[in-house]
Amino acid sequence: MKKKIRILIAKPGLDGHDRGAKFIARALRDAGMEVIYTGIRQTPESIADTAIQEDVDFVGLSLLSGAHNVLFPKVVEELREKGAEDIVVFGGGVIPEDDIPFLKKKGVQAVFTPGTSIKDVVDFINKKMNEKN
Amino acid sequence: MKKISEISEKIIQGDIRAIARGISLVENGGEEGEELLKNLYVEGRSYILGITGPPGAGKSSLINLLIDKFKEHFNKVAVLAIDPSSPFTGGAILGDRIRMQTHTGDPNVYIRSMASRGHLGGIAGATKDAIKVVSAGGYDLVIVETVGVGQSEIDVVKLADTTVLVLVPGLGDEIQAMKSGIMEIGDLFVINKSDKPESEKLATTVRWIVDEHYKDSEYKPPIIPTSVYKNEGIGDAVRDIIKHKEYIYRTGIHTNKIKLRIKDDINSLLERKLNDFIQKHIKYPEKIEKWVEQVYRGESTPFEIIKSIHENLIIDVKEEI
Amino acid sequence: MSNKESIKKEAEKWEKETLTPFLAKAPERENLKDSSGEDVNRLYTPLDYEENYNEKLNFPGQFPFTRGVYPTMYRGRFWTMRQYAGFGTAEESNERYKYLLKQGQTGLSVAFDLPTQIGYDSDDPVSEGEVGKVGVAIDTLDDMEILFKDIPLDKVSTSMTINATASVLLAMYIAVAEKQGVTADKIRGTIQNDILKEYIARGTYVFPPKPSMRLITNIFEFCSQNVPKWNTISISGYHIREAGSSAAQEVAFTLADGIEYCKAAVDTGLDIDVFAGRLSFFFNAHNDLLEEVAKFRAARRMWAKIMKEKFGAKKAKSMMLRFHTQTAGSTLTAQQPDNNIVRVAIQTLAAVLGGTQSLHTNSRDEALALPTEDSVRIALRTQQIVAYESGVTKTIDPLAGSYYIEALTDKIEKEAFEYIDKIEKMGGMVAAIEGGFVQKEIQDSAYKYQMEIEKGDRIIVGVNKFQMEEPPVEGLLKVDMSIQNKQVEKLKKIKESRDNVKVKSVLKKLEEEAKGNTNLMPTILEAVKVYASIGEITNTLRGVFGEYKEHIVL
Repeated sequence: MKKKIRILIAKPGLDGHDRGAKFIARALRDAGMEVIYTGIRQTPESIADTAIQEDVDFVGLSLLSGAHNVLFPKVVEELREKGAEDIVVFGGGVIPEDDIPFLKKKGVQAVFTPGTSIKDVVDFINKKMNEKN
Repeated sequence: MKKISEISEKIIQGDIRAIARGISLVENGGEEGEELLKNLYVEGRSYILGITGPPGAGKSSLINLLIDKFKEHFNKVAVLAIDPSSPFTGGAILGDRIRMQTHTGDPNVYIRSMASRGHLGGIAGATKDAIKVVSAGGYDLVIVETVGVGQSEIDVVKLADTTVLVLVPGLGDEIQAMKSGIMEIGDLFVINKSDKPESEKLATTVRWIVDEHYKDSEYKPPIIPTSVYKNEGIGDAVRDIIKHKEYIYRTGIHTNKIKLRIKDDINSLLERKLNDFIQKHIKYPEKIEKWVEQVYRGESTPFEIIKSIHENLIIDVKEEI
Repeated sequence: MSNKESIKKEAEKWEKETLTPFLAKAPERENLKDSSGEDVNRLYTPLDYEENYNEKLNFPGQFPFTRGVYPTMYRGRFWTMRQYAGFGTAEESNERYKYLLKQGQTGLSVAFDLPTQIGYDSDDPVSEGEVGKVGVAIDTLDDMEILFKDIPLDKVSTSMTINATASVLLAMYIAVAEKQGVTADKIRGTIQNDILKEYIARGTYVFPPKPSMRLITNIFEFCSQNVPKWNTISISGYHIREAGSSAAQEVAFTLADGIEYCKAAVDTGLDIDVFAGRLSFFFNAHNDLLEEVAKFRAARRMWAKIMKEKFGAKKAKSMMLRFHTQTAGSTLTAQQPDNNIVRVAIQTLAAVLGGTQSLHTNSRDEALALPTEDSVRIALRTQQIVAYESGVTKTIDPLAGSYYIEALTDKIEKEAFEYIDKIEKMGGMVAAIEGGFVQKEIQDSAYKYQMEIEKGDRIIVGVNKFQMEEPPVEGLLKVDMSIQNKQVEKLKKIKESRDNVKVKSVLKKLEEEAKGNTNLMPTILEAVKVYASIGEITNTLRGVFGEYKEHIVL
């Protein structure tokens, strides 16, 4: 049986705008993936714990409040501390182009800005999945 | 964590990552999953609680509150929450966990969402294997939350020691319950949302059906009103669950359940092996279309085809199974 | 032959003789749909709606207010041009407000950061990374004093986007005014105070619905006695639309929220005509210009009917739907951001042709970051150009009588009333939200909309058509990363210098009152005056009321 892709879509911080996160969750479900969605206001620590307990391959973070430079790297760090650095972290939301190199340096493997097609996200996931195997 | 033996060892040590990975392996099936189960096989070590009931009954929220109370009775609690897979894409959104997210940082609570992956019966096909993984990992209480789609909830009874049926007023349960014989699957009945006025009526109806059904039985399933919203009745539910546990342990019902499950394990393993065997030696996938064609054209019959398969099978079965 | 019959006959003839041969040569484009996903007719004629001028439209300033709430509308004075602003520290925001007032803005609109909106102090661990990001950080009255320094509160009207913690921020505003020597009965402004849409769409809720509704009715009551010029709630469809609803859903769910608030207030014994005149609304101006105009008109007519027929309001003012509008943030693209100026201009027209009372226009760079001063100025100029140059303000409700506009106004009203009836049957808006119905309806619309874009059935210029390579945008506004430290330092100093015994006793009193049924506003006011922080006040209430857990439906 082909391995199912499992992915956690999470909203760190206090931002309540979940339209994008929910769209991605549904679209990835429709692309045949198993998507765990934990709602708004998650701490980086609980995101990492959830990712590990759920044995996901990916964590997708969505944030529109501007706190991404603090919160995204924290999720990567938490995962690393818990020995789960193989879980791929990517992010999306209102993220200025300027911040992307910083986020990548901190271990966020892709950043999707507004207007990204879902196809690009799916392609990214599949590519990373192939690299893993 | 590449090697299965290594994962097995870590699971036994209670390593969360390994347990999580182990569940994925048994979910995905195949040789690795089988290898893992071979290393870990346990049955009857953990107490298994099934929570079933229609969608919207508040199962996840109830479990969230139960966990706190169960900590007085058990060392480690695992929750396997099943959600349906899409029959079209095979994908799934697993959202039960959010109701239990307060327990996420607790080292003694493990929560895992599972997609049903096409399995009917309200649980995932790999649920019983996943139970073995957490059981081997030292979780002495395993809670299984079913999909909750109406009448196909029977499977959970087989793999749980105690099954709780959660009902709420306003979902048409009264009629549902009587029609489908769903009453037979509950060892306990929780009437959730007891803050709603109609809940008393539902409780009375359920009481009536249960009394009728269990009139000659030593054990009479209790009916427990709870309100997740007000955090009421949770202690009562836990008390009665533990009572049921003691009852089945005392009367040997538990032993019978375990033996049935072991029998089931043997049967399904044998079935799978036979199936693999058929696939391999009869070359079924390549030949079936040809056979259909032959029968269709009147050149053969299904009986003749089976006969010819029999005659051509000359192999050492011992080597194969 | 009646007029309609003769038109019908002509229409049939036109279809047969003119249209059909033409279509055979030149077929039409596909996907000509409104925001509810329904086909827009090729042509609208008198056949498409029931004309009844006096009953359905009537004159502006008269029931059912379809044509506007005032008899002269923009011939008297323009709408209030009100740009939502706030970021970083109170000092920085204070500078921005003074700049905007100097640029000709006529009202203030305060954006708070998320910790302030959800009732956490800047030093709370969950505030990390969020302090000063989407708005100004307010911890204590001290910050509020700085925020309005040198701004005379008897002269400006101030709108505050604050919901779960609206009672605390309003109390702070009253306290600052008092320090300026302005009494509470003189101050003018609005608090959003609309918790229901937070559960549905925006996410800055704190408490469960019941205690939240109590806080809201406490504010209604307190203001009717002490702050009579204050708009105590801004019932918001804006965020519902941003979350992806259709135009009809926006109207339906907003008015259903309004009904729920009115019911709650009436249940506590308030007279509808005492508070209804202080209710205001807040809508979204989306891209589909004509549908939006129809939406605003339908909303006005519906609310008038609801107030009159359902609540038995007597005063005309109670039946008037007065509303603020903001252009749709979700329509802004990160690609070719200057195009957003054009989108905002169209949306501005929609709001003005729809008869808005005040307007915020978004800035071109908001899909990328918080807007820069330059971008905010262009956004404000857009309003000024529509006001002074476009000519649409010279007459009232200029699109009335358009076959399409009237048919669409009727359609939106019908669809929205169907939703409202359905919600009533579920037991009202709180029940519909708790059951996840409203969220699910919005999500389904949002998903459909987004998939249309994905498939190219819906064109977004610069995003899925007419794309180009472009260099990253430069000069975006950056919020200083050190602001959290500054804010934490400031809070620490306040906590050391204030009278902590007093703070403790007021918070204790608040806790006791929260357990009972009294109006909490006076004690919250007392608490902010002794410099209790927003986190301390909110946590006190959290302890009694508990916290809301979202109901996820996907």
